[in-house]
Amino acid sequence: MTSATTAGSPVDGLLATASIVLSLLVAAWALVATLRHRAPDRVQLAGLAVLEVTLLALAAVALVALGGGGRPDEPGAFFGYLATLVCLPPLAWVLARMEPTRWGSAIVCAVCLVTPVVVVRLQQTWEVLGG
Amino acid sequence: MVEVRAPQRKRTNAGPGRLLIAVYLLFAIAATSRAGLQIATKFDEAPVAYLLSALAAAIYIVAAVGLARAGAAGRRVALACCAVELAGVLGVGTLSLVDPELFPDETVWSRFGSGYGYIPLVLPVLGLFWLWRTRPARP
Repeated sequence: MTSATTAGSPVDGLLATASIVLSLLVAAWALVATLRHRAPDRVQLAGLAVLEVTLLALAAVALVALGGGGRPDEPGAFFGYLATLVCLPPLAWVLARMEPTRWGSAIVCAVCLVTPVVVVRLQQTWEVLGG
Repeated sequence: MVEVRAPQRKRTNAGPGRLLIAVYLLFAIAATSRAGLQIATKFDEAPVAYLLSALAAAIYIVAAVGLARAGAAGRRVALACCAVELAGVLGVGTLSLVDPELFPDETVWSRFGSGYGYIPLVLPVLGLFWLWRTRPARP
């Protein structure tokens, strides 16, 4: 019975790792585009879309876990990070479309560097409970 | 063609300026949600630190709006915000090192923004530099 409450955090698994890796890959690709004076290309925009789908799946898993009785240690911070997280790729998308120059790629790079930080912070707001 | 395109470079809300606005937006979101949460849940623990976080959040928002609204008024607003930010991060950063008792909890500007990768320290400098780069030509 007790194992159910200490079972793995819903935001610490394959999905979270995948979103971090994907985000860093898109950031690296966008950085190369910035250095080559290239505007955001289809790869960046597709990368942002896939990243958004991954983050939405992560959010869904977290909400399902909440429905199943799981509780983050800091609910306020947890939902704050979760809401911010799913807004980041759309923000990068909109700003990148507004700026069809190398600086658009720089924006994608910046946002995709922030995203993994938010994922890790999200994990920390849940994990405090088990520790 | 070159002459036609030249004035566009003076805008604060295009090119590198848009990247700057994006980073300001990210910090506005981060500082606003953090300050809002701290004030809502544990204001009594460190009122000064949390009010300072809220002030920083407001400044980030106004600076982003100032940069995004390219006109002369926007430039003045952005200039004031960047100056206050630089003074704030230097002042609070120094105070938090000299007398940690003043700020029992972290603010965006504590220890020169080390909790945020020192970006709060770099951001106003970049902002001022960008405003200087895009300054209107003197007649």
